[in-house]
Amino acid sequence: MKFVDEFRDPVVINQTAEEIRRLADSGRHYRMMEVCGGHTHAIYRFGLKDILPENLELIHGPGCPVCVLPMGRIDDGLALAKDSNVIFAAFGDMMRVPGEQGSPLEHKARGMDVRIVYSPSDALKIAKANPDKHIMFFAIGFETTAPSTALTIMRAKAEGIHNFSVFCNHVTIIPAIRAILDSPDMRLDAFIGPGHVSTVIGCRPYEWIAADEHKPIVVSGFEPLDMLQSIVMLLRQLEAGEARVENQYKRVVPWEGNRAALKAMNGVFELRPYFEWRGLGFISQSALRIRDSYAEFDTEQRFSVPGVRVTDPKAAQCGEVLKGVLKPAQCKLFGKECTPEHPVGALMVSSEGSCAAYYTYEHRKAMASSLAWPA
Amino acid sequence: MCLAIPGKVIELFPGMPYLATVEVAGVRRKVDLGLLENDMPQSGDWVLIHVGFAMSKISEQDAFEQMQTLIMLGESEQAMQEVRGYGLGEADEPKPS
Repeated sequence: MKFVDEFRDPVVINQTAEEIRRLADSGRHYRMMEVCGGHTHAIYRFGLKDILPENLELIHGPGCPVCVLPMGRIDDGLALAKDSNVIFAAFGDMMRVPGEQGSPLEHKARGMDVRIVYSPSDALKIAKANPDKHIMFFAIGFETTAPSTALTIMRAKAEGIHNFSVFCNHVTIIPAIRAILDSPDMRLDAFIGPGHVSTVIGCRPYEWIAADEHKPIVVSGFEPLDMLQSIVMLLRQLEAGEARVENQYKRVVPWEGNRAALKAMNGVFELRPYFEWRGLGFISQSALRIRDSYAEFDTEQRFSVPGVRVTDPKAAQCGEVLKGVLKPAQCKLFGKECTPEHPVGALMVSSEGSCAAYYTYEHRKAMASSLAWPA
Repeated sequence: MCLAIPGKVIELFPGMPYLATVEVAGVRRKVDLGLLENDMPQSGDWVLIHVGFAMSKISEQDAFEQMQTLIMLGESEQAMQEVRGYGLGEADEPKPS
């Protein structure tokens, strides 16, 4: 098997896969959701599905920040940057994401001052170097990146930098999990918990999933062996009829999270009453906005944001895929109108989106084998 | 943006307590240590970096494994591109090995 030849610890991986097959009750169908887009990418990249039993299904969750950002927010940010005094700064991941009026990269080609930054503090540095311009940092991400944005805003205030603001699109993972569990057409047995988000929030915020929803959740690392071990831990809980929060990724994730990061986030941000998620709709208290005490650094409080709303094409079934009701290839547009080069729906946009990952690793493989000459 | 990049703390700056030079696969950049203020890394410690900010302290073994994970995921090039892109300080040329 290609998988075990290529990666480290093939013996341990084989033993772990064997343990999964032993633990999985053949009379039962298991549905486990990996919440994090990084896990989704890894699952396809490593071909994990090929070594899991057929009755164990991995459902891809909402943890891809680029994928869940409503298209209108991109148009909003770019509309403000049409002013020649404004510089639009964002992570590279955002550059090819289409708004209705085109992507940041396309706007750059049309003459907009668009800069790729790798850190929010680099956007602040651009502000210092360009005192006669206004620098808008288009912030996205879950709790993994939100503390860095928060600290950058705190630094801007402390240093008295007035030509810098943040268009805040930070979202929080727990309400999205709750929305998925509340969805009537959803049936899940267990969760593979996000690794890097948990370095910030720790493991306690997941306790309600075990206590109230009676679903096991294991916070997991990103190596193939990490994910297989997490699945073993979940199966053992299910076999014993238990529902607990466990931490497979102890080497990186402290149970209590990162207190300094949480403090920075809570100091600068507060929860929005509701926020729209692409594919999932409006979810209450699921996103962050900048507190009034930092209003000067809030693009939305400082400027008049158009509030563009763009509905995804009806034919795109992102919501169903996101909730695991449909597989990526079951969407009518998959691989036809909607491809990574020309994404129509949210999940085709980023390499961590389940449709893009499926397209890159599974669809092409299937296409290649269907075109191959018979042996 | 979602990459967790392992780096070794090389140098701290007495006048700028939250800034450190870290080395990632031979490339030296400045990163912000402000999110580890409760457990500040010292020179020689390994950290996991997200978007230019050190987010957790890790062991040397874990740092090695994280770099292996990035290589296996096909994301090591992207990670190095990100590291080189951090503009917090001037870039130091990779040391000849």
